[in-house]
Amino acid sequence: MSAITRDEVAHLARLSRLALTDDELDHYATQLDAIIESVAKVAEVAAEDVPPSSHALPLTNVFRADEVRQSLTPEQALSGAPAVEDDRFRVPRILGEEA
Amino acid sequence: MTTTKMSYDEALDRFEPVLGLETHVELGTASKMFCGCRTMFGAPPNTQVCPTCLALPGSLPVANAKAIESTIRIGLALNCSIAEWCRFARKNYFYPDMPKNYQISQYDEPLCFDGYLDVEVGGETVRIEIERVHLEEDTGKSTHMGGATGRIHGADYSIVDYNRAGIPLVEIVTKPIPGTDRMAPEVARAYVTELREIMRSLGVSDVRMEEGSLRCDVNVSLMPRGSSEWGTRTETKNVNSLRSVERAVRSEIERQGAILADGGRIVQETRHFHEDTGTTTSGRSKEEAQDYRYFPEPDLVPIAPDPAWVAELKAALPELPSVKRKRLQAEWGLSDLDMQAMHNADAIDLVEATVAAGAPAADARKWWMGELARRANETGTALAELPITPAHIARVTELVASGALNDKLAREVLEGVLNGEGTPDEVVDKRGLKIVNDEGELSAIIDEVLAANADAADKVRSGKIAAVGALVGGVMKASRGKADAARARVLILEKLGVSE
Repeated sequence: MSAITRDEVAHLARLSRLALTDDELDHYATQLDAIIESVAKVAEVAAEDVPPSSHALPLTNVFRADEVRQSLTPEQALSGAPAVEDDRFRVPRILGEEA
Repeated sequence: MTTTKMSYDEALDRFEPVLGLETHVELGTASKMFCGCRTMFGAPPNTQVCPTCLALPGSLPVANAKAIESTIRIGLALNCSIAEWCRFARKNYFYPDMPKNYQISQYDEPLCFDGYLDVEVGGETVRIEIERVHLEEDTGKSTHMGGATGRIHGADYSIVDYNRAGIPLVEIVTKPIPGTDRMAPEVARAYVTELREIMRSLGVSDVRMEEGSLRCDVNVSLMPRGSSEWGTRTETKNVNSLRSVERAVRSEIERQGAILADGGRIVQETRHFHEDTGTTTSGRSKEEAQDYRYFPEPDLVPIAPDPAWVAELKAALPELPSVKRKRLQAEWGLSDLDMQAMHNADAIDLVEATVAAGAPAADARKWWMGELARRANETGTALAELPITPAHIARVTELVASGALNDKLAREVLEGVLNGEGTPDEVVDKRGLKIVNDEGELSAIIDEVLAANADAADKVRSGKIAAVGALVGGVMKASRGKADAARARVLILEKLGVSE
C-alpha cells in the first residue's frame, strides 16, 4: 500500500496553489511515496529510549535582547518585488479560485 | 439557507450557547519577535522591515527575550502552568500576509497552558478556563484593491505592508465556555475587558483595540436545550471593540438560532463582523489544522524557561486589576454599583491617579464620573483620551477646597483646560475665575442687589428668611458666579439685621 495517495497529493497541491496536471499528480505521488518510505526507515532503527529530535544541536534558550536595529529603506525592501504600488508589495488576487 | 434572524430571546429559549474566545495581544516590545525592526504603529509602509521579516534568503530568526518574558508573565497572571520545554512551530498557509509563506507560531507545545481568569458579570463570578497562551508573530497588513467593498472577496489584487509582520503576538485561547446562557454576550465582553486590564497592569502591551494591538475572535455554537452535544461553531473575526465583542456574540446566536430552527446546518467557517450593521458575514471556510502542516520550527531552538526565573517573574507580578479594584473599593468606601460604573467607564485608574496627586477620592470620582464622563460621552472619546490629566483635576479640587473656586467656577476651569487654554491656574488667570473674596467688593455688590430688590429685602427683614435665596441668587448673578454664595448669605443677613 502506498504511503500517500494521489488524492492527498492533489490536496497538498491545492494548499500550495500549484496547478498540477493528471500526469504530474501521478508522477509526484510515486516520488513522494518513495520519499516517505525512505524517511520511515528511520523509525525502524529508533529505539524506545531515543526521543524524537527536531534539532541537530542540543541547545535551548537562544535569545536576543529587545534592541532595535536598522531596517531597510522602503526602496531597498521593495527593490526585488515584481510589482509595487503605494510603497507596498502588489500581489495577485488572493481568493481567485474561491471568489 | 435562511437569511431571516431569530430574536435573541427566542434563540435562547430553544438553544444554549457555548462560547470560545481567542484573543491576540500585540506585545509592546521595542523590536520585532525575530529581528531588530521597530514595532511602531502607523509608520509609513515597509519602513520597518529587514531581510529576516521579509524572509529573504539566508536570513534566520532569533527569538526576542523580552517577548518570551512577557508571554510567561501573561501566563502567570492567568494562573497558567509554564512549559518546562517547548518549541516554536511553522504554520504553513498560502496568503501573502507573511512573506515566508508560513507563520512562526506554537502548536502542540504552548509556552503557557491550563489557567483561568475569574470575571464579574452581574454580581456573579464566572470562571473562564484558559486552554493555552502561546507566542507567535503578527502578519503583514493587506489592502484589497479593485473590489467594491475593500474586502478580499471581489478584489482584483492586494497590496501588502510588512511593518506589522513579525511583531510579537500572544494568543490567549479559552477552553469552551458552556453555561453562560443568556449572559453569553456580557461574559464575553467582561472577559476581554478583564484581559485588557491585566495586559495593561503587566505593562506588556498598549492593548488598543482600535489600533489592533488587542484583537478578539469569537467562537459561538448552539446546542438544543437539554442536549449535551455541542453544535458546530463559527469563528467571528474582526471584532475590534469591547462593544463589538458583545454584539458579535449576540448576532451569531440569533443567526445560528434561525438556521437551526429551520432545520438547517451550521457550517464551520470564519465569519467577519461588521461594525456598522452589528452582523456577521461568511468568510473563507476554515482550513483544517492538518492543512497548516505544522512542524517544529527548525530555525529556532527549543525554549526551556529556568523554573527559578519563572518563580522570580511570578513573585514580581503587579497587583492584578481585580484585586486592586477590591482594595480601592474598600479604601474609597464605594458600593458595588458605583465601583462597577467606574470600571465600565474606565475611570478607576484615572481616579486613582487623581487621588495620588492629592485629591480626595470622592471629589476625584465626582469630576471623572460627572463632568468629564459627560464630556467624553459627547465627544465620543475615552475618558483617558480627554486632554486633561489627573494632576489637573487634583489642582481643581484643591482650588475648590481652599475656597478659591466654587463648583460652578471649577466646571468653567475644566472646560478651559479641555479647550486647550492651559493648566487650571492658567485658565483661572486668563478667564478671571477667582471667587470674589474681597469683602469690600462683595459688600458693594450686595448693596446694589439689595437696592434693586427692595421687596425681597423687606421680606427677609420681616422674618421670611427663605426669601434670602433670591438675594443670594442676585449676588451670584451680579458677580457672574464668582461670589462665595455662603459668605454672601451671611453678609446679606447681617446687613438686613436678621439673625437665624
